[in-house]
Amino acid sequence: MAPLVEPSAGFKFDNVKRNQLLGDKGYKLPTATKTGTTIVGLIFKDGLVLGADTRATAGPIVADKNCEKIHYLAPNMYCCGAGTAADTEFTTNMISSQLALHSLNTGREPRVVTAMTMLKQHLFKYHGHIGAALVLGGYDSTGPHLFTVYPHGSTDKLPYVTMGSGSLAAMSVFESRWRPGMSRDEGVEMVKEAIEAGIFNDLGSGSNVDVCVITKGNVEYLRNYARPNERVEKEQSYRFRKGVTEFYAPRAARRGQDSAEMDTSA
Amino acid sequence: MASLRPGEANLGTTIMAVEFDGGVVVGADSRTTTGAYIANRVTDKLTKVHDLIYCCRSGSAADTQAIADVVKYHLELYAAQHNEPPTVKVAASLFQEICYQNKNNLSAGIIVAGWDARDGASVYEIPLGGSIHRQTFAIGGSGSTYIYGYCDKVFRDGMTKEQCVEFVKNSVSLAMTRDGSSGGVVRLAVITKDNVERIFVPGDMLPEQYLG
Repeated sequence: MAPLVEPSAGFKFDNVKRNQLLGDKGYKLPTATKTGTTIVGLIFKDGLVLGADTRATAGPIVADKNCEKIHYLAPNMYCCGAGTAADTEFTTNMISSQLALHSLNTGREPRVVTAMTMLKQHLFKYHGHIGAALVLGGYDSTGPHLFTVYPHGSTDKLPYVTMGSGSLAAMSVFESRWRPGMSRDEGVEMVKEAIEAGIFNDLGSGSNVDVCVITKGNVEYLRNYARPNERVEKEQSYRFRKGVTEFYAPRAARRGQDSAEMDTSA
Repeated sequence: MASLRPGEANLGTTIMAVEFDGGVVVGADSRTTTGAYIANRVTDKLTKVHDLIYCCRSGSAADTQAIADVVKYHLELYAAQHNEPPTVKVAASLFQEICYQNKNNLSAGIIVAGWDARDGASVYEIPLGGSIHRQTFAIGGSGSTYIYGYCDKVFRDGMTKEQCVEFVKNSVSLAMTRDGSSGGVVRLAVITKDNVERIFVPGDMLPEQYLG
């Protein structure tokens, strides 16, 4: 028997049937928008820096040239997302609201391990079907923390991390240049270089560099910190000279004079 | 049995634990891989589940972390309710229960080791199917296949703490050089009645061996 009222929230599985049909008929299944991404994070002397490129892709198409991949979790915590764009967006949003309630309940600033545990337990539950690969960073009562969270629910805690398709290019920058106790400016510069390594050497990454600096009691969200792909003035004009195209007798058609009134009665 | 899904972080590992009179030595390499890429070269695969009980994790990183978190929770509750620390046997049985009941969805090979007042030092191995084996020493993970012969030859009953540390250090670093999925540094933990001592051996300070 059909339900009287359609549920207004929760999962809908209509597309499963559609995809099955499409698959059976030999059509290619629709794919989700992925952020073939470069995202990074590093710890410096008195805090941490997060970084991301701004390209979103749908297969071979650049779906968004300036998207935001550094998501807000809490006043002292941000999270970079790679993988399926919708999954990173919804997962971080949901954890963000749970953290807000948690800190309202406890009357304390939320801890980064709390967010990390909530993320990994959520992702583990879904066996990797939620395609969210995250770099989580924040500063809490116990100091700065940086984690990577994989879609299957495993986590790592490291002083410098990279994720996404451009992670190899970005990691090569960190592995050769990172050292403990760097200054804020050195950290931001290195994150910029790591993201640019992804932008220039990885096809899935591109456009601009977003940066987020988190220190004790302070956050600087530097949207489009670097724009290494600005469109420049064309070196030549590609317009046609006047008079290269032949045309028949010029007819002056000025409103009200030569043009006939349009009949709109029908 | 569950195999590793594409994109899943893998602890293609070498892990080990040895009993000695008064404690245990546990050891592991530090490599985590996703396919051919090393996702973490300084991983700590020796996870504390109670004050004097550790587990060595091999298989899926996500699965083993989730299992260890659940066991850790149960042991904390057990200690609070019974007003005494859990035995290693209790911890190992919890691991076994989870690994056996969910054997179709998990890929986790775990060694549980530690010290308790009832049994003293003990080592339990819980391989993929979810069986449980008490052993005086145990090796596990993909790298262990390369050192079965070495371990059987070198191990002797009644080794001192220092001899056990050397045994684990040598065995793990031998496996690390032959197994592509193992490598990095050697991490050790010496668990005795009173405390846990963590030892870190950098990748360029490993015991001398034939390198071709």
